[in-house]
Amino acid sequence: MDTNTKAKNENPVISLDGVSKWYGDFQALKDINLDINLKEKIVICGPSGSGKSTLIRCLNRLEAHQEGKIHVSGIELHETMKDVDIVRQDIGMVFQNFNLFPHLTVLENCMAGPNWVRGIDKKEAKERAIAMLKQVKIPEQADKYPDQLSGGQQQRVAIARSLCMQPKVMLFDEPTSALDPEMVSEVLDTMVELAKSGMTMICVTHEMGFARQVADRIIFMADGEIVEQNTPDEFFNNPKSDRTKTFLDQILI
Amino acid sequence: MFVDTVIEDKSLHKPAFLLGLSVAVLIFFFAFNFTDTVFGELLSPVIGNPKESGFFGRLVVSFVLSAIFVLNLFAISFARLRVQIFIVWIELFLLFLAFAFSFDLKFSFIQSKIGLMVSKGLFTTIYISAVSIVIATAIAIVGAIAKLSNNGFAYAIASFYTSLFRGLPLLLQVYLIYKGLPQLGFMVDAIPSGIAALSLCYGAYMTEIFRAGIQSIPKGQWEASRALGFRFSLILRKIILPQAIPIIVPPTGNQFIAMLKDSSLVSVLGIWELMYMAKTLGQRDFRHMEMLLTAAMIYWGLTIILEMIQARIERKYQQKT
Repeated sequence: MDTNTKAKNENPVISLDGVSKWYGDFQALKDINLDINLKEKIVICGPSGSGKSTLIRCLNRLEAHQEGKIHVSGIELHETMKDVDIVRQDIGMVFQNFNLFPHLTVLENCMAGPNWVRGIDKKEAKERAIAMLKQVKIPEQADKYPDQLSGGQQQRVAIARSLCMQPKVMLFDEPTSALDPEMVSEVLDTMVELAKSGMTMICVTHEMGFARQVADRIIFMADGEIVEQNTPDEFFNNPKSDRTKTFLDQILI
Repeated sequence: MFVDTVIEDKSLHKPAFLLGLSVAVLIFFFAFNFTDTVFGELLSPVIGNPKESGFFGRLVVSFVLSAIFVLNLFAISFARLRVQIFIVWIELFLLFLAFAFSFDLKFSFIQSKIGLMVSKGLFTTIYISAVSIVIATAIAIVGAIAKLSNNGFAYAIASFYTSLFRGLPLLLQVYLIYKGLPQLGFMVDAIPSGIAALSLCYGAYMTEIFRAGIQSIPKGQWEASRALGFRFSLILRKIILPQAIPIIVPPTGNQFIAMLKDSSLVSVLGIWELMYMAKTLGQRDFRHMEMLLTAAMIYWGLTIILEMIQARIERKYQQKT
């Protein structure tokens, strides 16, 4: 496919080679082949149960795949790997339900990673945390606890917490699905800014406006397979498969 | 708990209920015949000699008692909730005292023994309980982690341990350790065996409490921590346990309180703790009730102190989250 020509020129930061995964008898991922380059923005969409969340959770090995190979920065993810924590420190992840640490303040949430596992001293970790909270535009909430914030604010803190680790790649697993409608845009705006700054991003989302705006490539998944991947223009204006057309019809009403 | 915003009519303000209650209480007092007690004597101007008052005296006494009882309830029902609780507490406590005094206690006897009971018995009880609590907590943390781990050996050992020590009566464990170990060639003193039995038994219960507390923390907390590249021990220490402690504290407090009282079981080993002192000090002079009631009040007082500490800790953690 011509959209993948870029991948052949560079060293991909993440590469999947024939990845399959089963939950018991149910096959959640079927022979996934995918290369993701540095600074690339990928949006993964598809109907529920299509395996998109499973796929993204395999990339930092929150889920285990059974067949095929996943490489992150050249390191293969497998069952007996010793340095999975090192790999994970370089991959930020934002969850649907934020998963902030409720017993820590916003600032402490952001300082935890750098201070505890990167070995950065408290003073520097704090400076970095404040800088990142400024970037997501909520530095004034630094001393509050997560449950004192709105959903949108919590999700932005979650993004800041990941950014404090200075990751190479950011994974977003339906970051706006648990939000009230009026809070979706503030999170998407933050993600657009992040995209502009050159971060490598892989987003599972149904926000097609966001996809059109920032994605280099849109991947459409159904039944555990990659059905189609293309540039946003081609994907929306000229979908190739019938499944994609049906999906777009349903989602773009 | 959710208290409904709609207030129901108080049953005590309904004539039918009051009447029914009065009749029931009257029957109760009549059936148990309080004519021979202090109440009969107080009413002697009305009924004459209580012993010869017969049916009339019995009826008058029970009528007066039930009237006092029902009027008391009726009066209390008008007070505010906190006042109600306070008054009922005081009244129940007075009843308890009346019950205690009905034994014809000799207070000079209590006075002469209480020094020894507190200095020796109370001290030993607190010492045994405190050491056992610390050891049991340590066992519980290790046990809970073992039960949650993927390590087959750790899980098997921990679950065997909790099964065994939750499955045997504590008194039996006390005997098994104290009498059994010397036969295997290990001489153990009474106090260490008592502490061992209490720690092992309560460690097993608390293992389950700690495990449940840790498991109640949402999976997302683990995932977020893992995604940040945290190691297992770091996640447990910094993320999971701080959140699990507020959940663990109330049932653990109950265990502490239960253990304090179960420490009385080691009296069978001849350890001079509170229960043993209560039994032996009273025996010589046939003054059992004096010593037993004194010990009862000391245990009760200790429990109230522990409950207050528990409430404080719970409040502290509630503020934080």
